[in-house]
Amino acid sequence: MSISVPALMGQLLIGLINGSFYALLSLGLAVIFGLLNIINFAHGAQYMLGAFVAWFLLDKAGLDYWWALLIVPVVLAAFGAVIERLMLKHLYKLDHLYGLLLTFGLALILEGVFTNQFGSAGLPYSMPDKLTGGYNLGFMFLPTYRAWVIVASLVICVATWFVIERTKLGSYLRAATENPSLVQAFGVNVPRMITLTYGFGAGLAGLAGVFAAPIYQVSPQMGSSLIIVVFAVVVIGGMGSIMGSILTGFGLGIIEGLTKYFYPEASSTVIFVIMAIVLVVRPQGLFGQR
Amino acid sequence: MKWKLLAAAAAVALATGTAQAQISGNTVKIGVLSDMSSLYADIGGPGSVVAAKMAVEDFEKAHHPKFKIEVVSGDHLNKPDVGSQIVRKWYDEEGVDVVVDTPNSGVALAVSEITKEKNKVFLGSGPGTSDLTGAKCSPNTIHWTYDTWMLANGTGTALVKHGGDTWFFITADYAFGQALERDTTNAVKKAGGKVLGGVRVPLNNQDFSSFLLQAQASKAKIIGLANAGGDTINSIKQASEFGIVKGGQNLAGLLVFLSDIHGIGLEKAQGLILTATFYWDMNDKTRAWSKRFAALDNNKMPTMVQAGVYTSVLEYLAAVSAINSDDGRKVVAQMKKKPFDDPLFGRSYVREDGRNVHAAYLFQVKTPAESKGPYDYYKTLATIPADEAFRPLKDGGCSLVK
Repeated sequence: MSISVPALMGQLLIGLINGSFYALLSLGLAVIFGLLNIINFAHGAQYMLGAFVAWFLLDKAGLDYWWALLIVPVVLAAFGAVIERLMLKHLYKLDHLYGLLLTFGLALILEGVFTNQFGSAGLPYSMPDKLTGGYNLGFMFLPTYRAWVIVASLVICVATWFVIERTKLGSYLRAATENPSLVQAFGVNVPRMITLTYGFGAGLAGLAGVFAAPIYQVSPQMGSSLIIVVFAVVVIGGMGSIMGSILTGFGLGIIEGLTKYFYPEASSTVIFVIMAIVLVVRPQGLFGQR
Repeated sequence: MKWKLLAAAAAVALATGTAQAQISGNTVKIGVLSDMSSLYADIGGPGSVVAAKMAVEDFEKAHHPKFKIEVVSGDHLNKPDVGSQIVRKWYDEEGVDVVVDTPNSGVALAVSEITKEKNKVFLGSGPGTSDLTGAKCSPNTIHWTYDTWMLANGTGTALVKHGGDTWFFITADYAFGQALERDTTNAVKKAGGKVLGGVRVPLNNQDFSSFLLQAQASKAKIIGLANAGGDTINSIKQASEFGIVKGGQNLAGLLVFLSDIHGIGLEKAQGLILTATFYWDMNDKTRAWSKRFAALDNNKMPTMVQAGVYTSVLEYLAAVSAINSDDGRKVVAQMKKKPFDDPLFGRSYVREDGRNVHAAYLFQVKTPAESKGPYDYYKTLATIPADEAFRPLKDGGCSLVK
């Protein structure tokens, strides 16, 4: 195959776009795992819920995309907080496996209910008028919406990293995971902080769902097809590493984009091949310390 | 007086006796086997049950048959083993005489085998694989509505004739997609067109942008989508985002149903070219029937699969009534006897290999401006006459063809 530079540039850019979804979702997973030690398998279902809530807002309440960007994360965060309070709270002392099983079961239930209600073909969600169209970059046509997704998710990722790694609130959070009883003794309400953290992670997933709604079909299975890849991203980046999950998300998006160009048949497996190699060579992940 | 009574009693006994011997239990039981809950539920599913019940109602009203007719339904979950289990139970324990619909080629092939073994009837409106009337043909099976050969040939040939002579394929990387790509490639080449390239995409892919860029770069006039369901929906949605149709290239969906278009929306589906054997807005008969159907099925207009369920049940009942028997092989032989006027598909006939042959149509999806409202989606580009629409009888390799 002859390699044309413009085509390659196009694939790189598209890889970056997909990478921004991976980054956004794996960021939420990394935050939840890092601070709660829960492997949140319901993340894909929360992403799906985000897209559905956006669809409801538009279809039933007439609230457009911009409102959805504000409302959906809040709704999902509240939903996440309720789940944490009612269910996950009881599992912290147990093995990781129990949290995984619980959230996996939740994901299956949510998907089943939505499939039953809305069918599998999915629902259309129209793109906001301001973000339709695109730019001709010479080597490719870049839809405005995709450009927006890259920028928005970069901003969110960096802001999250900053809050957790560089602010006082973030330092409380990190301290609480190291030694909850000590932090509690200093007068910090650790259980509430944990609830809010899980809510924040769920809100991030919901936000990614809103970003995805205009591009992909709003369908009950949209989460389950993505969640496995995102888990691989988190494993490669190192469980619980915030910056690691962001960089790996974007990086793997690009690698996947290149695979789609050079050998498309392997594009759905390339990430898992990398995961296997990383696990053999560096089991703690590229950026993991533990 | 006494003698008269006795004679009458004997006559009644004789009459019911023969009737029982002919139609078991004096009841014809129709089993609608479909995907009721997942990716094909909008194509067949509960709507197919509605269609079957409409056929029963219409047949009873017109012919006042002496036998009773019942409709039962089952969900095969797109798993051949689940489908086989349901059908065996239907045939062995519940007195079902005929299985209809059954989208998903894998399940349909299994059902066809069991039906042959039990000497019942299978009327496949939902499945695509042309093997049902080829290597795997059966004297108990009629493939009713469409098949993969017809889709490939219809869309491929007609598009080349209309100037779409260069192609690029986006293909689902498994048996169904590869077969569809192969058949379409043959049709395109035969009609004088050229295939510039293609890309094999893993099944159930979310993001098609990369493949669409490659298709765009190929400068092919037609981008053939050899995939189905969610893959088709996502590729069409994203093609619109990347301005493929606006840039002068056309998409050809090789297997697209009305319900898919309804799910995608016209804004994104406009310009798409596809082959089908039925569309609700074709003539007075199809319109009247479809509106009746929609009133019974949540205002959803019927797909070609659901329309096929209706007419296949209707024809089946007519054949049972004509020979007064529910013996599978005999009923199918009766259905193959002469051409008939299908109320929805027009002039039709069932061939020796079990293929129900009728005209097919090349449609293009309307622009939002052209559409007058929900379900006003297609305009007709060309009609493919019945004789050209399906694979020639001799090419299928069916053992029933002498």
